[in-house]
Formats: sequence, structure tokens, C-alpha cells
Amino acid sequence: MIKRRNLEEKIFKSVMILSLTIVICSLLAVFATVIIKGAPSLSLEMITEVPKGGYYLGGGGGILNAIVGSLYLSIGAIVIAFILSLPMALYLNQYSERSRVPGIIRMILEVSTGIPSLIYGVFVFLIMIEVGARASLFWGIITIAVFITPILTRGMDEIMQTVPLKLKEASLALGTTRFETLIHVITRQALPGILTAVILAFGRGIGDAASVLFTAGYTDSIPTSLSDPVATLPLAIFFQLSTPIPEVQQRAYASAIILLVIVLLLSAVSRILSRRFMEYVVR
Amino acid sequence: MSSDNSGPAKIRVNNFFFSIESNEILKDINVEIPKNQITVIIGPSGCGKSTLLKSINRMNDLIENISFEGEILIDDKNILSRDTDVTELRKNVGMIAQSPNPLPMSIYDNVVYGPKIHGTRDKVALNRIVEDALKKVGLWEEVKDRLKDPATKLSLGQQQRLCLARTLAIEPEIILCDETTSALDPISAKHIETELISLKEDYTILFVTHILRQAKRIADYVIFIYLGEIIEHGPAREVFNNPKDERTKAYLEGVFG
Repeated sequence: MIKRRNLEEKIFKSVMILSLTIVICSLLAVFATVIIKGAPSLSLEMITEVPKGGYYLGGGGGILNAIVGSLYLSIGAIVIAFILSLPMALYLNQYSERSRVPGIIRMILEVSTGIPSLIYGVFVFLIMIEVGARASLFWGIITIAVFITPILTRGMDEIMQTVPLKLKEASLALGTTRFETLIHVITRQALPGILTAVILAFGRGIGDAASVLFTAGYTDSIPTSLSDPVATLPLAIFFQLSTPIPEVQQRAYASAIILLVIVLLLSAVSRILSRRFMEYVVR
Repeated sequence: MSSDNSGPAKIRVNNFFFSIESNEILKDINVEIPKNQITVIIGPSGCGKSTLLKSINRMNDLIENISFEGEILIDDKNILSRDTDVTELRKNVGMIAQSPNPLPMSIYDNVVYGPKIHGTRDKVALNRIVEDALKKVGLWEEVKDRLKDPATKLSLGQQQRLCLARTLAIEPEIILCDETTSALDPISAKHIETELISLKEDYTILFVTHILRQAKRIADYVIFIYLGEIIEHGPAREVFNNPKDERTKAYLEGVFG
């Protein structure tokens, strides 16, 4: 009997290690490919200059336009998505206890995360045609916001469900309203998790090429207003990869490195912040 | 410690019935709770004593599908009526939960949370509230140098005293304790008991417990509930020494519990 259970333990352990190895090795292989292929053409010029004439044929310049464009788009989108998601997540958790509505909303949100981001892009594009708008930073932000809001809402919702009921009771028993309890206690307790959800949604936004294909346009310059078209890193990578010139293709990998570094920095910052907020969290 | 004359009533419960999803939890409760005394509600688990307690600050409102009838009068005002402002009520009727439930913030912020929400903004006033409240529960000396530390860093006993301090900080007239010491070690529990006894001059205290020895230590007035009904109530000495009902006798002798 003991032997069988020990064996079980061993098998389970090896299964865990095996899955870890497969996943981590594949990811490392992707990282390695990107770095090996991209590192040689990584230069200061790439991140400080916009493309000069003939960049896509091997000419000089960099992809500052796409770096700035991607940051503008995803920061704008995450701000909008956050403003929409927080009240939704709070509603799902705190105000709807006596109805079936939250279950239905959660299902809709989950289904919507399965729709390809391209479809969201097309949807916004149809609206743009309707109102006679041209591809721009503004419409790009709207598109990304539309497609990351369900992800963000569901993420925050999931985290708020882990807030212990006794905290809510503690606050209400002191004569606070439900709103005060939400803002001062529930949100505070969930803050580290909310931050993680924000970073995940941001990552989805900044890494997505398809959704803004029709709505944000593409340009070699840095946008100076919301109505200017805007370049993104994923599209810059795509365009550089699709040229027949090996040097330019290498630059695509270098651009991917830049995208990786941005996401890495962001997740590092969020971890540090999250640890600070964790200090007060009740476990 | 206990007194035989039960003084003026602070809370009057008249013909109170309470059900959750048509299960009757409390049946025809009629009792008067004396002012500035410790009233202990005893009875076996599941008898409805916590439900009665949580009716007094309307925390039962959080439960789905409840229904009730009758009256609970605090200073002659029926708090079950529809126009009761529950935030106002709960400011007046503080509650300490079964296990410590500090808020996700610092020791200092836990105490000022209530007063701030109820309108105190002045820093000096808030500092004084914190010091007073923590002194009343005997926690000040232990934490005065680390008020900014997370409340969760305190021991469980300290956390429960902090919860008591947090309640005192909103200046209630009534304090409800729902088996408040059951998650604590004996020394911390004793600490809380001593503090409650010293607080009763200024507060009307209701304490739910299923520990008879504890009830005997702190009670001035006793309510015995069994299967949702009040079997017996009266000054502690009378109920403990000369129980009138057979069921009270049996419970006190430990026949069931």
C-alpha cells in the first residue's frame, strides 16, 4: 500500500517536471531564436530614430515610430479598459448577489476573449466607415480597449472573488456603505491581483498586430495627435520580416527583442509594486 | 461582578420571528437587554444565538431570502423598520466577529477607518482617537512604536483587541460580541474578557458564547436560547444558581451542548 502511494508520488512529480521542461524549453527556444537572430542588428539607432528613406530596403534609421506608437496605443487602451473594467468587476462581485446576471455576464466576457482580435479590428473599422473616420491613434486605442476590456474585467473579477467575506463584514459592521467598503477595503485587498491583471491585459494589447491592422494605420513618423495614424511594433516586425532583404529581416528580430524588453520591464515594475501592496493584504 | 437588579433596558425585543428561506431560526423572541451590563447569550451551536445578535445591527441583511417580523427597539426606536439607516445603526451598534478580521491596512488605519468615514478629518483628533481606543483595549504600549505596520503582523489576540479598538473608535453605545474569543488562546481570551468588563460602565454589551465557564465569568444578565426560542432569561446569578426550566438545568449541567 505504502509502496503504491510512493510510486504515485514519484509519477506525479515526474509529470510535473516533464510539463515544466517542455513549456520552459520551448519558450527559451523562442527567446533564443529571437535574440540570436536579432542581437547583431540591435543598435542605439534602432530605438532612437524613426525609419529613414529606404529603411525597408536596408537603409538607415530605426523603429522609434513603432515603439512610441505601441506604447501610446496600449497605454491609452489600458486606461480606457481599466476605467470600464473596475466598475464592472465590482458590480459582478458585490452588487449582484441576488441575481443570475453575473453568471451570464461572465459567460459573455469569456466567450469574447475567444474571438480573434482581428474581428474586433474589423468591427471598429465598420464603425469608422460609418462615421467617415480615417485610421488613427484614436481608433487604434478604441480597438485595443474593446478587445482587452473583457480580459481585464474577467481577471479583476476572478481576483475580487478571492477577497474574504469577513473583510466585507468587518467594514460594513463599522457603519460604512457598500460603496465605501468596495473602494477602501475590497479594492485595497485585491490591489496586487488587479495590478497583475492590468499587466496581463497590457501585454495582450501591446503584442497584438491584427486588431489595429485596419484601424491605426501605419506611418514612419511619430504621431503628434490622436488623429494621426500610428505604427506598432508587431506590425513593424511583420513588415520587416516580409521584405526579401536579410538585413531587414534581422531587424525584425531586433524589434522583437525590444518588444520583449518592454514587456519584461513592465512585469518587473509590477512585481515590485505588487510586493509593496502585498504587505497590507490579509491572508 | 453580577448584579441582581437588571436596571433600565437599552434594547427591547418584542415578538421577534426570523426565518431564512422559510426555515424558522428564531421564534417569538421577547426580551429586554439591560443598559450598561454584559448580557450573555448562551445555548448550543445552531440554536439561533448569533442570528439574534446579528439582527441587532442588521448584519443579517447580507443573507439572502430572509424574512422577519416583530420589533427590536433600541432606545424606543424600532431598528427593523424600513426607514432605518443601517450605516447610522451600525455606527451605534458595534460588532466584534468570531475570529479577528483586521482590514488590509496598517494598525493606525484600522482604527481611524470608521471615524474617517463618519466624518473626522482632523489629524490631531484622529491621533487622539487612535491613542484612546488602543489604550482602552490595552494595546497602546504594545504597538505605539509601530502604528504603520500592517495589522496582520499582530498576533491573533492582538488583532482581536485591535478589532475591539476599531469598534470603540466609532463611539457606539452597544457592542455585540459573536463568540469573540473562540479563536484566541486562553490568555488573550482572558484579556478581552477583562477589557469588556471594564468597558461596561460606558457600553451595553451583548456577548454570545457556548462556553459556560466564560458566561459565568462575565455575565450580568443571561439569555438561554434553545432551538430558536428563549427558554429562560434573567440576572446571571438567578439563571446560573436557580434555573427554573428543566432544559436550562440540563444545559447548565452539561447534559447537552
